[in-house]
Amino acid sequence: MAAETVIAVRGLSMAYGAVEAVRGIDLEVNRGEVFAFLGPNGAGKTTTVEILEGYRRRTAGEVSVLGVDPERAGADWRRRVGVVLQESAVEPDLTVRECVTLYAGYYAAGLPVAEIIDLVGLSESAEVRGGRLSGGQRRRLEVALALVGDPELLFLDEPTTGFDPSARRAAWDMITGLQGLGKTIFLTTHYMDEAEYLADRICVLAAGQIVGMGTPDTLGGRDSAPAEITFTVPAGVTPPDLPGTRPRPIRDGASGGRPAAETPQTTGRRIELQTDSPMDALGALAAWGLQQGHTLADIEVHRPTLEEIYLKLTEAAP
Amino acid sequence: MTGTVGAGTVGRPGRTAVALLAHQARYDALSFLRNRQARVFTLALPVLLLVIFSSALGNSTIEVAGTQIKQSTYYLPAIVALGTISASFVSLVISVTTQRESGILKRRRAAPVPAWVLIGGRTVTAVCTAGVIATLLLVIGSAGYGATVSGRTLPALAVAVVTGAVTFCAVGYALVTFIRSADAAQPLVQIVVLPLYFISGVFVPSDRIGTVLTDIAKVFPVYHLRQALLKPFEPHAATAGFAVGDLAILAAWAALGLAVAVLRFRWQPQGR
Repeated sequence: MAAETVIAVRGLSMAYGAVEAVRGIDLEVNRGEVFAFLGPNGAGKTTTVEILEGYRRRTAGEVSVLGVDPERAGADWRRRVGVVLQESAVEPDLTVRECVTLYAGYYAAGLPVAEIIDLVGLSESAEVRGGRLSGGQRRRLEVALALVGDPELLFLDEPTTGFDPSARRAAWDMITGLQGLGKTIFLTTHYMDEAEYLADRICVLAAGQIVGMGTPDTLGGRDSAPAEITFTVPAGVTPPDLPGTRPRPIRDGASGGRPAAETPQTTGRRIELQTDSPMDALGALAAWGLQQGHTLADIEVHRPTLEEIYLKLTEAAP
Repeated sequence: MTGTVGAGTVGRPGRTAVALLAHQARYDALSFLRNRQARVFTLALPVLLLVIFSSALGNSTIEVAGTQIKQSTYYLPAIVALGTISASFVSLVISVTTQRESGILKRRRAAPVPAWVLIGGRTVTAVCTAGVIATLLLVIGSAGYGATVSGRTLPALAVAVVTGAVTFCAVGYALVTFIRSADAAQPLVQIVVLPLYFISGVFVPSDRIGTVLTDIAKVFPVYHLRQALLKPFEPHAATAGFAVGDLAILAAWAALGLAVAVLRFRWQPQGR
């Protein structure tokens, strides 16, 4: 059975005068999915998200969110959509409880205020005014405001920016929990570890176009990218000829990789190889090392990280 | 975007549109009362001005509409006009611009709440605040400085305060659309109201201002609010004290302000 489509976008374009911010993108988000939307600043992410949220008009293309065109959506549609905006929107002079109660009053069938405050972990700060909350607490209050109407679809625009590592981990657990409740989550983030941990699928936008789409494991051909094997052979030792390997191509510094420089002969020689069949190469290397008595203590086998894939995808864009 | 929402269809079950408006106004009022700057400028400043003007000038007389009245009786409605404008126009322009620029309006817009509830809630808060400040000034003015208003003209006074507050809310929403940053709101709103206070006889009685400036003042709503508030204080007035012409001009300004606001209002931050 095909998954139910919650967001469907076809040929979406948005131009501000002569500047094309979004240039014909297609995407689909299924019910219950965490969909991560990545891209450098200025790639058209915010424009796209704001079109999906109903804040912005578009120049061309078809957009359907929960079966409705956001440009023409009314109060019924907004009841089903929760939004956490990038900029802070906390009422500075109301307490956490008052702020959530104010928003709960906008919905016909909202969740209980105390339950929502507990869900985002703000129970102990319920009587603190918005203006006195820390950055992380403010972000959690914004999530509470988005959840109070019990939405089916949640837009989270950089929800953990400025969080410390433990607050970020708590936010991830919360988002995972929301997915467990069956909610669909459209997540914008700059953190690769966040996308990798949370997302079912990742979409990468660069210069207004989609340059990559897939699961965290398959994005940008990550699953079929060659593995890299690096190790140091002692000075004066000739490294073995390993089946199926080739020297790793030298990257320039801007591509995010480590420079493929060789260390001086006195301390040994750093060998950097690339292969599509790492087990064959490693087997031969292990046999050689054992026979020759070299421990190769610094051996590393490396698959491309999501960040490397992301940088490759976004740099290739015009 | 708003859609039409009839009574009983918004908010929690059984919650009427009026109840939703009251819900919004309640929290807007709470925010207002918690804001020190709003309290000082809206509540304390008019009281301070009334005390200063009445203490300094209260016992001399001034000719208004052919009769001599005590200056304290002249300044009380003038400062009630100032208080009403502070509670509606000044306070609203600053708070709404700040809310728009900080993203609060944009955030509220994502909720299924009709735009008129957000706008109306803030207006109700302003009208209530104006009522409170007018009552406070009236009590201080009559108890402390012997300014008098008869019970017969109290309804006219109340109508003038409410009409004035609503008018200056509408004009305030219009002005908000011309301000691009929260920092600019406070100085800009003062530049608009201070000269108008002077030429409209709020600080200096109109008969000492000269006809040219008074004629200019008559174009703007400050003058007419002061007139509408002064009329109920005129002694020996046989009427109920309704300044129909001035109230009509205020209503016209309200319509103009509303029209500009509806055409130009934005929910998203405009600056930067």
